[in-house]
Order: sequence, then structure tokens, then C-alpha cells
Amino acid sequence: MIEVKDLKKSFEDKAILKGISTYFEPGKTNLVIGTSGSGKTVFVKCLVGLLQPTSGSVFYDGIEFTALSNREKKQIRTKIGMLFQGSALFDSMTVEENVMFPLNMFTNLTAKEKLNRVNFCLERVNLVGANKKFPGEISGGMMKRVGIARAIVLNPKYLFCDEPNSGLDPQTSLRIDDLLSDITHEYQMITIINTHDMNSVMGMGEKVVFLHQGYKEWEGSSQEILHTDNELLYNFIFASEFLKQLRKGITNSTPLIKPDK
Amino acid sequence: MMRDMFSIPENYRMYSKELFRQMNGIGIGSLIIVGVISLFVGAVTALQFSYQLGSTFFPEYMIGFIVRDTMIIELAPTLSGLVLAGKVGSNVAGELGTMRISEQIDALEIMGVNPQGYLVMPKILGAIFIVPPLIVLSAMLGIFGGYLAAENYGISPANYQKGLLYLFDPFNVVIMTVKSVIFAFLIASVACYQGFFVKGGALDIGKASTRAVVFSSILVIFFDYIVALVMT
Repeated sequence: MIEVKDLKKSFEDKAILKGISTYFEPGKTNLVIGTSGSGKTVFVKCLVGLLQPTSGSVFYDGIEFTALSNREKKQIRTKIGMLFQGSALFDSMTVEENVMFPLNMFTNLTAKEKLNRVNFCLERVNLVGANKKFPGEISGGMMKRVGIARAIVLNPKYLFCDEPNSGLDPQTSLRIDDLLSDITHEYQMITIINTHDMNSVMGMGEKVVFLHQGYKEWEGSSQEILHTDNELLYNFIFASEFLKQLRKGITNSTPLIKPDK
Repeated sequence: MMRDMFSIPENYRMYSKELFRQMNGIGIGSLIIVGVISLFVGAVTALQFSYQLGSTFFPEYMIGFIVRDTMIIELAPTLSGLVLAGKVGSNVAGELGTMRISEQIDALEIMGVNPQGYLVMPKILGAIFIVPPLIVLSAMLGIFGGYLAAENYGISPANYQKGLLYLFDPFNVVIMTVKSVIFAFLIASVACYQGFFVKGGALDIGKASTRAVVFSSILVIFFDYIVALVMT
């Protein structure tokens, strides 16, 4: 389990995270949502240690990650996989070399074993035959899938995804969501996804944490969102008239709160 | 950045592979430009001195002597240093800057790889290993360029060769090597620093590359003076 206790982060005198506490369980897709500037990316970067929190703690299976030295953090990081918003694939390497990179760096497998593992992961993300292509030669959706393959190649316990659907068409987004959901359940990982995509929220949000202006405004499941009485969350999720009507059609009820115009 | 560079590598084989990749990129990648420039600089030096000393009582073989010493002590290390500051400096700063902006450096860190160790150290070490041989080659090509130009100007090859061997001081080669090691370190470390700590977007990568070239060129000239002051 990943547990977050009173996490705060400021840049100089500007407070971005103002005391967030929550937890994330294995085998569940956990979504962090919020408006632009709400602190989602900073929150995820604090969780993985790319940013040092101003105060507060992050625990990985009971180990206080935020109190560890860089060398000790490395041990936990080998259990972390991360999919970046822009995929962050190494431009100078082929798809195969990108996915194989963590294996080369951290395992003593033979070349054949590594190749088998890479092919298995590429097959898992439906990318058979793309081994020898460079990142510049493949589409955005394929790059995301390569990013996922690289993130899962070492069988991580924790998977972080920063806006996995940004810049993708709705169909490709759904495929990425399904893939993330499947591997989370299959490998019982703790998956934390930072997203803006309402399809993802409603489709795969087993736990949703809604951030607003640096605070945790709400948390619950996607089903609970449909019946929320939190005005900020309602206005964020059902931003358009279309979505409001859709919600009404699903729940057959008027909102418990009075929405914005 | 320097302190984090020297942590224990996660995998020695991967680090050495990256070191050889960098040596290849910096050394082999700069071979043509350094070679062509050195050849012509040697030729021009020979021509200029032949022209200026032609009507005096200086013996012909002094052209070989002058070209040899100016190439070894000054022109090969300093001109190659400036060429490398431009080519390698902008290349390295651009590469690391792009990796920073596109989160590739963050990706390495998340994997548990020390980005300074894996990305910066091989570049600096690679430059230190490969730049001195490159500068030796530059001096040799410069002297050869001088030979071709001198012969074309009417100076006999035998006289030029006599000048090359005249009063040869091996310590000059030591000066050249010291300069080349210092320049290699300065060029690679300035470029790595500028690229590694880029913030912003594509525009900032361009600015970082420019800063890398400007700062390393100034440092090359400055340390050229310092080495000359200390060693001559």
C-alpha cells in the first residue's frame, strides 16, 4: 500500500500542495484528478521522489520513502514503473532497446531471456513487430504503449502514469485505459494515474482523488461521483451540458447540489 | 552535479558502453572538421611565414620549425579546442537539454539510474580520453598541411623536414597534452552543466547550447593563457 500523510510542497513562497493525506491499495486503479494548476503533477512527482516534499510523508508498504537517502530510494525505485505524459522514450534507442533498457541495467539475464521478456511485454501492449522502430517513427498511441511496456518490464509493484491519454484520440485512449486496468488487476500493482480524461475517470476509477487548489477536495469511486454532493467535483466532472444530461440519463435524478451555470 | 557523478554505477557494462558511444561521438564525429581545419591552418601558417620571411636572411628550414612549434604548442590544442567547444558543446548541451525537457532524465531517475553518473560522467570522461589523441592528430595534419603549402611555395621538402627536426623539445608535446586534457574537461563539463539543468522549452535548449559554446570558448582561451603562463 502507498500511504500519504499530510503532504505539503511549496516552491519558494508559493504553496502547491497544502496537506494531502490519502492511501492507494494494490490491484486498484487509483486516479488523481483536478483542474489545471491543482497540484496533480507535483503530487505524483512528490510520490515518486522527483520532488522533495516541504513536509509530510510518503510510505511504500510501511517504509517512509521521503525519509530515505538517494541510495536507499534507488531500492524502491526499481519496483516503480512510470509512464510519462510525453512517453519519455530514449530517442537514440529503438523500441526494443527502450524496453530492454531496465533489464540491461538491473538484471543479469541472458540476451535471449531479455529478448523474450521484451517481446512478452510488447505483445502485452499489442505492439508485436515494432521492435526495430525508433520513437520518431511511431504514433503517439504507440509511444504510450512502448512507455507502458518499459514501465512494466521489471514487474513493478507500483505503476505511475502522468496523463496517459493526453493527445490521443478517444478510441486509443480507451485502449490505453483498458490496458492499464488489465495489467493492474493481473499483476496486483498499485496504479496511480494522473488524468484529465473524464472517460478514464468514469470508466476505470476504482478510487478517485480530486485535488483542488492544493487540497484533497474529495475521494471515492467513479460510481460515487455520479451521486456526489460536492459542488466543485460536480462542476469539474460534468463541465458540459452534454455530460450533465448524460449523468441525468444514467442516474435518473437531478443533482443533489445546485450546479454552476 | 560533479559529486553525484561519482556514485557507484548500477551496471558497469552499460556505463562502459555509454563511455565508448560518447568517445565515438566526440572523437570520430569531430574528426573531419578538426582534420580539415588543422590541415588548412598548417598550410596558411607555412605560407604566411614563407611570405613574411622570404625576403630576409632566415634559412628556409625555419618554416618547418615555426609550423611545428606553433601547431604543437598553440594552434592544434587551441583551435581544435574552440572547434570542439562549438561542435561538441552545442551537441552535448542540446542532447541533455532535450532529454531534460522531454522527461527522459526523470525517467532514468525513476528507474533507479543515477542520471548524472550515466549521462554526464561518460561524456566528460569520453572527452578527456579522446580529445588528446584528436589534438595530436590535428598537430600532425597541420604540420602536413604546412609541408604541402611550403612545397608549393618553393621550399624544398628536405629543408622543411630539417626544420621539423631542428631544436625539437619534447616538453612542447607535454604542454599540448596538458592543454588538451584541460580543454576537454572544460568543454564537456560546461556543456553538460548547461544542458542538464535546462528549464523551460525548446527555446531554452537553444539558449543553453549557445551559453555552452560561449562559456567554454572563453574558458578555453583563458586556460590557454594560464597553461602558457605556468608551463612556459
